[in-house]
Amino acid sequence: VIDYWPLLGIALVVVGFALRFNPLLVVAVAGIVTGLLGHMSFLKVLATLGHGFNENRYVTIIWIILPVVGLLERYGLQERAKALIASIRGATAGRLLIVYLAVRQILSALGLTTVAGHAQTVRPLVAPMAIAAAERQHGDLDEETSERVKAMSAATDNVGLFFGEDIFLAIASILLIQSSLASFGIQLTPFQLSVWAIPSAICAFLIHGARLLALDRRLERRK
Amino acid sequence: MIDLHWLYVFAGAVFAGFAMGSARDETNPKRWGNAAFWSLLAASLWFGDLIGDIGNGALVMGLVAIAGFHVIGRGSKEFSTPQERQESSSQHGNKLFLPALIIPFTAFVGTLLFTYTPLKGLNLIDPKAVTLVLLGCGVIIALLVGYAWLRPPAMAAVDEGSRLANAIGWAIVLPQMLASLGVIFAAAGVGTAVGAIVGTIIPQGSVFLAVLLYALGMVAFTMIMGNAFAAFPVMAAAIAVPILIHADGGNPAVVGAVGMLSGFCGTLMTPMAANFNIVPAALLELKSQYGVIKVQVATAIPLLIANILILYFAGFR
Repeated sequence: VIDYWPLLGIALVVVGFALRFNPLLVVAVAGIVTGLLGHMSFLKVLATLGHGFNENRYVTIIWIILPVVGLLERYGLQERAKALIASIRGATAGRLLIVYLAVRQILSALGLTTVAGHAQTVRPLVAPMAIAAAERQHGDLDEETSERVKAMSAATDNVGLFFGEDIFLAIASILLIQSSLASFGIQLTPFQLSVWAIPSAICAFLIHGARLLALDRRLERRK
Repeated sequence: MIDLHWLYVFAGAVFAGFAMGSARDETNPKRWGNAAFWSLLAASLWFGDLIGDIGNGALVMGLVAIAGFHVIGRGSKEFSTPQERQESSSQHGNKLFLPALIIPFTAFVGTLLFTYTPLKGLNLIDPKAVTLVLLGCGVIIALLVGYAWLRPPAMAAVDEGSRLANAIGWAIVLPQMLASLGVIFAAAGVGTAVGAIVGTIIPQGSVFLAVLLYALGMVAFTMIMGNAFAAFPVMAAAIAVPILIHADGGNPAVVGAVGMLSGFCGTLMTPMAANFNIVPAALLELKSQYGVIKVQVATAIPLLIANILILYFAGFR
């Protein structure tokens, strides 16, 4: 018999996020409730949470980059990124982000997923460049427009990463598909799987690229 | 052999630096809360393997209490004026990009060296930790170059690092917290329950409807769990293997690969994928916590439709 009560934990997460409670609090409460509903004792839940947290410390390592980014910002890195984009004729926010999308997809397809990212490239370089280009297209940006350009910079990084990395043979998600299907006696090589990531990667480039061109049209229309 | 533990020692020191920098910022009325928050994280990185599961659980509760009851805040201290930054930018020119590029360059060259040259056989670095160790090396080199070239005040890296860390705030720990929630979900049988529900609503006889249910199931479960990795084994067992591959004769490579990518469309639309969607909103100081997700939906939905069509037309020829 399958116990459906632990699903209540999912509902708690959804409600907690929707009501905009502090997400750390939401996750902790949902975790404890789910564990208790799954017939674990409180101490067992606490230990499971602690164990999971300790095993996943590598997720938080990326932030060791902040002192470098902060130090360079103090010496004008963002201003430099803006000056560079201003010196390139014909540079627009949309075109800049299309180039970034292509580069991010190609690097990810080569397995170089950590070469770029939100902390490594988006905050110090890509977002300030996109804002500078948008200001040149549009004049001063109102808050809504500058939020949109920044959000699009982050979105472009995500799309480039997600729809590039599976073309690389040794990426975790390809290995997971391979081992999951192998447990049902279906034997595939990573190469057979990663080839089938290519059509989706092309669609991602076309769809997101079209949206970036639409961003350019929007910036120029509302001058 | 250099493994993750070396990196945890270094990262612990960086977070201890954030604690110190936060405590120094007297413009932040809640600076001791911030200092306590980063100190707990430093303690987790340094001593996590020594304090046992319950000790780690208590540490997590401490982090949650500090963030959940709003004991952390943000200072207003700026260590440079816009004018100073402008002048420095003109003075140093495009060479300012070089220290920033050291980190990706180290990752790039290091990955090539440790994958394709005899260095691979020396076992200098734990193969599971290569990318993160290279990131750490890049950060250390970039800091050394930055200090030697720009000659900033001694505490500049501490102050500027904690300025950024406090701008992001609690969101820094959210991805790790969600990963722990995933562990509890798995232990409490959430995956089994979802798989059972999906299994009961499988349409009979229509390949297209089965494909649709598989892709939408991947999206929904990915949105709940925050990543497609947790969703795939469940959906493979519930639909992909028994229905799509065995009953309907679908191409397993297409079903596997494009099914996973359909899940990635879900990743673009959920706050549970915090490191991709919530953290950058904080990092770019957006007003709306959901700003990144909002702009991603219009890419994710057409892309999901494209993936469903690829699944159907390429998978069932």
